[in-house]
Amino acid sequence: MKAMKSPKPKSTRRLRPALKQSPASHPEGKCILRLFVAGATVRSRQAILRVRELCAAELKDHCQLEVIDIYQQPGLARENQIVATPTLIVEFPPPLRRFIGNLANISGLFVELDLVKKVRITP
Amino acid sequence: MKNNGSKSIPLKTLLPKCPTGIQGLDEITGGGLPRGRPTLVCGGAGCGKTLLAAEFLVRGATQFGEPGVLMAFEETEKELKANVASLGFDLEGLVRRKMIVIDYVRVERSEVQESGEYDLEGLFVRLGHAIAAIGAQRVVLDTLEVLFASLPNEAILRSELRRLFRWLKDKGVTAVITAERGRESMTRHGLEEYVSDCVILLDHRINDQIATRHLRVVKYRGALHGTNEFPFLIGDEGISVLPITSLSLNHKVSDERIATGIPRLDAMLGGRGFFRGSSILLTGTPGTGKTIVSANFAQAAARRGERVLFFSFEESPDQIIRNMHSIGLRLEPLVKRGLLRFHSARPSLYGLEMHLARMFKEITTFKPHVVIIDPITSLMDSGTESEGKGMVTRLVDYLKAGQVTSLFTSLTQGGHALQQSEAAMSSLMDSWLLLQDFEGNGERNRVLYVLKARGMAHSNQIREFLISDRGVDLVDAYIGPSGVLTGSARAAQEALEKAAGLSSQQEAARRKRELERKREVIERQINGLRSDYESETMELRRVDEQVGTSTLMLTTERTASGILRHADAKVAVHARNRARNGKVKS
Repeated sequence: MKAMKSPKPKSTRRLRPALKQSPASHPEGKCILRLFVAGATVRSRQAILRVRELCAAELKDHCQLEVIDIYQQPGLARENQIVATPTLIVEFPPPLRRFIGNLANISGLFVELDLVKKVRITP
Repeated sequence: MKNNGSKSIPLKTLLPKCPTGIQGLDEITGGGLPRGRPTLVCGGAGCGKTLLAAEFLVRGATQFGEPGVLMAFEETEKELKANVASLGFDLEGLVRRKMIVIDYVRVERSEVQESGEYDLEGLFVRLGHAIAAIGAQRVVLDTLEVLFASLPNEAILRSELRRLFRWLKDKGVTAVITAERGRESMTRHGLEEYVSDCVILLDHRINDQIATRHLRVVKYRGALHGTNEFPFLIGDEGISVLPITSLSLNHKVSDERIATGIPRLDAMLGGRGFFRGSSILLTGTPGTGKTIVSANFAQAAARRGERVLFFSFEESPDQIIRNMHSIGLRLEPLVKRGLLRFHSARPSLYGLEMHLARMFKEITTFKPHVVIIDPITSLMDSGTESEGKGMVTRLVDYLKAGQVTSLFTSLTQGGHALQQSEAAMSSLMDSWLLLQDFEGNGERNRVLYVLKARGMAHSNQIREFLISDRGVDLVDAYIGPSGVLTGSARAAQEALEKAAGLSSQQEAARRKRELERKREVIERQINGLRSDYESETMELRRVDEQVGTSTLMLTTERTASGILRHADAKVAVHARNRARNGKVKS
């Protein structure tokens, strides 16, 4: 999938301005990831596990991950335009992208995050 | 529409209903949408789905005190507020007063990527949160099908939607789900298979360059409903559905009679005019005085203190007032007193439905006792024939239900004034007057008939209809061996008759005088004869006296001579007397 444009919803907090970056290089700023899950379902746990693995293996300290349970904070679901769960929002680097599902297939995420090395994460 | 007597569907069903507050829809559905169940509203683009759904929420919040949640997938909150503001709905204020929550759901296909199994719990949570926030009893999902376009994996979507409708039912909210109409099925993505309780189909069709919206209740499980297609329109006060035929004919009738403003016409109608609340058709060729009769009727009603609403589709109010002034009808004081209101519009200004809606609106706000529509035919021309008839039916039903007396004028083209279309319309009417031109002797004269008047004795006679600067009058047309005479022919005939009458009067007087003379002659003769007779009588008496005297003298003489002779004449006299008496006795 090619991200053409990303009109960022007003409600989404932007933590810092987008930094200039070359597409091939590792992002200079921290990746900001927000994972929205609905309760402690199997799908939720799978998604959380995988995104944590990704952060640990690939992004290391370049990653800021926030896991939100929309049952606990339903207001945030509306604020962030969550329809499907789980949803992983890649807020930085831009453009904004949403990955819906339990992240069983995250090859797209690698492309989006410019992870050149493409280290396979054990499922 | 609420009080037009058509809500006769017995509400004995146990299915609780949720009134929409939308004009007419509650009547068709017998009380509203099924409470606590989802209803599907489907239709093509521009049918008014969103508007219907929004009105359902707004009326719920304002009229029935039921808060609602609007989950919009297509329009943002701001757009929605602006769109319904044009219908006079203050969505903004309702949101502020926490009667309505608008949640705009934006799903951008370009930024979404599927990465495994998912569910729509996010949607559920948002909806649940919004419902809980204001205690909503109504929910609108507009248009859910957007999800099919923006989320991958239809199988998941379908199972999730099924779960959503189940969940809405469990929540006990009355939901309206809008959906685009599909080519073959009712909705593009077959949503009707999930929503089985109530399905409403909206449609926007164009006939003769005039677009009309239609509404049909396709399905309503567990309740009676009108199955016909009903035209509806979106006016400046929201949607109003107009049932073509009221479901029953059970309006109350009045025995009261109201005068027409033309005394002779009242006399033709059994002496007391029309029934209150009846519908009157006034047919005529051009220039026969339809508007004048209408104006007379209007003036008479307004003078009784009744409110009159005059819909004119040919003349402006000022023109009518000026023209009526020329025949001595002064309408402007009645207008000033607020008893007479004109409403003029060109028939081609907008479609039939819009006309009808505006008329209904005027009628509901002004609450007239008498409504005049002049002429109904030019209005009917702006739609198809069946639509036109449907419109008149609805109008008549509506007016009758409200006990409003209605007068419709109808223009017929030349020739014979009774045409087929009139026959179709006239069956709806209680009374039918016909104004006609009568041509002859190089002039045209107006005549009036009462063709029918339900429920009253009425004259079968033709009357000549005279318009002068002192108003209108009806006079007897001359009906004789040479046919019906009107105008100057009638006047000539009348003069002729007058002359003939005069001469016959003179003749009679002459004969009378002659007879008088004859009688006098005879009387004189009688007097002569009587004096003759009397003189004869006198003579006779004189003769009698003479005879008596001579007899007496004779007797006396005899007695004297007898005495002288000492004869037994005494004895003889006695004997003779005795004999005479005995003869008399026997």
